Amino acid sequence: MAQELVNPSLGKDLLGLEELTREQITAILDTAERFKEISDRPVRKVPFLRGQTVVNAFFENSTRTRVSFEFAEKRMGADTVSISTTGSSVQKGETLVDTARNLEAMRIDMVVIRHASSGSARFLAERIESHVINAGDGKHEHPTQGLLDLLTIRDHRGPVEGLKVCICGDVLHSRVARSNIHGLKRLGAEVAVCGPLTLMPADVADLGVRWFPRVEEAIEWADVLNVLRLQLERMKGGFIPSLREYNRVFGVTRARVEAAPRDLLILHPGPMNRGVEIDSDVADGPHSVILQQVTNGVAVRMAVLYLLAGTPAQDVEAAA
Amino acid sequence: MDGPAVERALSRMADDVVRLAAGAHELVLVGIHRRGVQLADLLSDAIHGRSDLALATGSLDITLYRDDLMVVGPRPVVGQTRLPAGGIDGRTVCIVDDVLYTGRTVRAALDELADFGRPRRTLLAVLVDRGGRELPIQADVVGERVEVPEGGRVEVMVPEIDGELGVDLVEAAG
Repeated sequence: MAQELVNPSLGKDLLGLEELTREQITAILDTAERFKEISDRPVRKVPFLRGQTVVNAFFENSTRTRVSFEFAEKRMGADTVSISTTGSSVQKGETLVDTARNLEAMRIDMVVIRHASSGSARFLAERIESHVINAGDGKHEHPTQGLLDLLTIRDHRGPVEGLKVCICGDVLHSRVARSNIHGLKRLGAEVAVCGPLTLMPADVADLGVRWFPRVEEAIEWADVLNVLRLQLERMKGGFIPSLREYNRVFGVTRARVEAAPRDLLILHPGPMNRGVEIDSDVADGPHSVILQQVTNGVAVRMAVLYLLAGTPAQDVEAAA
Repeated sequence: MDGPAVERALSRMADDVVRLAAGAHELVLVGIHRRGVQLADLLSDAIHGRSDLALATGSLDITLYRDDLMVVGPRPVVGQTRLPAGGIDGRTVCIVDDVLYTGRTVRAALDELADFGRPRRTLLAVLVDRGGRELPIQADVVGERVEVPEGGRVEVMVPEIDGELGVDLVEAAG
């Protein structure tokens, strides 16, 4: 057989896009592109992960991400178990590592973890032998969300290099924003953020992005808007005066989108607060690719499972 | 084998496929990624010239059905899988590949096709049969049978990937 084309290794774990090279990110996106077709087959399942066990450990609420991972795991042929905070021994005071080691004692291959503490995925990855996939750790990263956003942008606007992408809203508390910024910059996009100064991280300049204080300016500049969810509890924290005022000043409204000089592409990681950060007219309108993001999420997670599973032993050692 | 020799082999293969598929409602040529895909297109052109059989082509990447990938190693780049819009149920399917050796690729292809539907009949056409089977699998249509010494390789070249059409036998190194 002639020389086989191979992908670059991702190492043992997927913890964030900050650590990945352009080649690794591109390999995940190209693989995901091929895997989209599997979800349209009469039998939506391939036997690649047959006999492998994946644990979805969600120590923070999530429906969309957990279901997306479960679909991806099942379509790749894995056996899956999902545990959540409620009803688990976590509530009885067991530590994260004890929980994971108990799971490992039952012979598992991968752990997908969602946790409220930044750095929890790395903490776990350094202490267990199984592959770890970060499904959102505190305010740090949510790499598979960043990847599905990249795939969706690429589907609609071709190569990401040179595109102007603005992330709008609560960048301060957003792991989605961080993964987007790292991934977009690694692929050569120009990145900006837009929102009230109270919701911008202090190190925004260190991230190498520009800041727009007004959403009209952001729309004037951008090819793509990624509109973040405004977590409603932020109002109580005093970050914004009121939801109505937020919508009036920063909301992505139909009038603002129609005034854009270019054909804007609008993403939102969900769940949306309609009428707060984004109006229904826009969310359901012709510029929105929000549901395609959800479809792409399954393909991207299948690609990550494919590329991580059974990583060469020397890579595991090198990554440790 | 040089380009003209491969073309002659493909013509003979086209004759054999037409004969075997006589009476089929529709013939679907499914090339196995990578070089089987181009060979399926060439075979399709050859069949067009000699029969009015209704033809469709598709491509199959068998990576996710391989039996040797969960052992550690680099992950192959996955190619395109695309079958005709009408599916394969009730049709005659002919799997096309460049080299038939252990038979493991064909086993994977049969398993993958079964997840797409139930063809009335499935045939196997290969440009080169080099022997060395590890599974009870044989081709229905063979372009050329060759004896290859232990450790040797058969390299099929197609214009889209290699810039030319041909087959080389590569001796074991050292």
